[in-house]
Amino acid sequence: MAQLAFHNVTLGYDRHPAVHHLNGEVARGALVAVIGPNGAGKSTLLRGIVGILKPLDGSIHLGGLDSRDIAYLPQSAEIDRSFPISVFDFVGTGLWRDAGLFGGIGKAARGKILRAIASVGLNGFENRPIGTLSGGQMQRVLFARVLLQDAALIVLDEPFNAIDSKTTTDLLALVKQWQGEGRTVLAALHDMEMVRNHFSQTLVLARGPVAWGPTAEVLTPENLLVAMRMCEAFDDSATACAEDGRSRAA
Amino acid sequence: MVYDALIGPFTEFEFMRRALAAVIALSLAGAPIGVFLMLRRMSLVGDAMAHAILPGAAVGFLLSGLNLFAMTAGGLIAGFTVAILAGVVARSTGLKEDASLATFYLASLALGVTIVSIKGTNIDLLHVLFGNILAMDDQTLLVVAFNATVTLLVLAVIYRPLVIESVDPLFLRTVSRAGGPAHLAFLALVVINLVNGFQALGTLLAVGLMILPAGIARFWSRDLTVMICIAVVAAAVSGYAGLVLSFQTRVPSGPAVVLVATVLYIVSVLFGRVGGIVRQLFPGRHLEA
Repeated sequence: MAQLAFHNVTLGYDRHPAVHHLNGEVARGALVAVIGPNGAGKSTLLRGIVGILKPLDGSIHLGGLDSRDIAYLPQSAEIDRSFPISVFDFVGTGLWRDAGLFGGIGKAARGKILRAIASVGLNGFENRPIGTLSGGQMQRVLFARVLLQDAALIVLDEPFNAIDSKTTTDLLALVKQWQGEGRTVLAALHDMEMVRNHFSQTLVLARGPVAWGPTAEVLTPENLLVAMRMCEAFDDSATACAEDGRSRAA
Repeated sequence: MVYDALIGPFTEFEFMRRALAAVIALSLAGAPIGVFLMLRRMSLVGDAMAHAILPGAAVGFLLSGLNLFAMTAGGLIAGFTVAILAGVVARSTGLKEDASLATFYLASLALGVTIVSIKGTNIDLLHVLFGNILAMDDQTLLVVAFNATVTLLVLAVIYRPLVIESVDPLFLRTVSRAGGPAHLAFLALVVINLVNGFQALGTLLAVGLMILPAGIARFWSRDLTVMICIAVVAAAVSGYAGLVLSFQTRVPSGPAVVLVATVLYIVSVLFGRVGGIVRQLFPGRHLEA
């Protein structure tokens, strides 16, 4: 059963495609790495999945989920770290789906928040303002919030960038735990070693799909070379795309 | 002697009691709005909105003379129009909110000045543009109190999405559609409180009781709830002290209130616990852990 299905999806900006004619499915409970050079459209694809960006063409099916039920960790979060909010309250926003506008945060919910903070290794940080955290600690906080969102589909955009190896190991263990719980996880990544060792499925992206399948088959030097040669620039004089998309299924 | 100076004016004169009630109502509602304006880096948006209100107030004045209800209604319509147009344009195009607001408030201000100059300058209108908190009648005071009550109720309703939208707007967008409405409701509250403020302080200084207390609070706490409480108290104290100052020295009441708030602000900048200058110059020896 597919958690996520792409039908001839083209995503982009100002009619210029950043992800061109993507077809394919992600099975429920899969752990998928999305790799490709900078500008390959990884973030664009993830933004399309969570519904921040509308496809220019084609459609994305979420296997019955509402896009608001996806837990999404953006690459460069627009978080205002100077805002006076504590780690506890910030992580607690992950309970939005249960609490909504007016729902109370009762004893059970407080327990959940404390456990989430503990499971990312931040005991004792509950009352610290988020502005006082280091980059790695902030990433742990964001993972704790994802944990609380309790989502069937989790989308992570380069979650281990500029994060030390200890933190990466801890957070990667969480990702694998999520998969163990039957959740579907999609992550844009750059670390090939990590992809090879921990992710069963890989999508190689370079403005369009280069290859998609079991990591061992997809992560070949040939595919990576094709991805590296991708042209990054938009062509301002490009004409409307005539391709119907069926021919480029990966 | 001290009693005569500080409390006497309020026991003796009814207009001083009304002024005090008005300034406390303004503090209760305006200061929390100011805290959010500051935290959302919209301090100057409040100022811009104050100008945007002008044509509405002017039309209200032209239609029914120095009637605060008509001017309030006009101000609300003009303020809402500008706030909502700017918000919609910013949200539906890539234009930043400040840029789209600047366009609309300048257009609104130009329209207001045009309307005023066609009618010819009028001393009464100027009076209202600069406010006169000492000339509040019962009805005006009721309007002020009503607006303050509405503000606090609406703020309670939109508090959660407003906080999340301030700290992590992208997250709110991915989990809820409440962000847009909450933002528009907040802009509406800004307008309501500006209109409220211009009855007391005038359009030019209406922002004073919102932004200055917020600036003061920011130097004393890192906690949002505490910050809001400090801002309300700072606004009320400024209002009270400003009224006394105005009564004793004949300084106009609006400027007196804002000047007292400015003094509190300077004290906070110098001696505030959070990031105050003296604290930074003499932080004490570093801690062990």
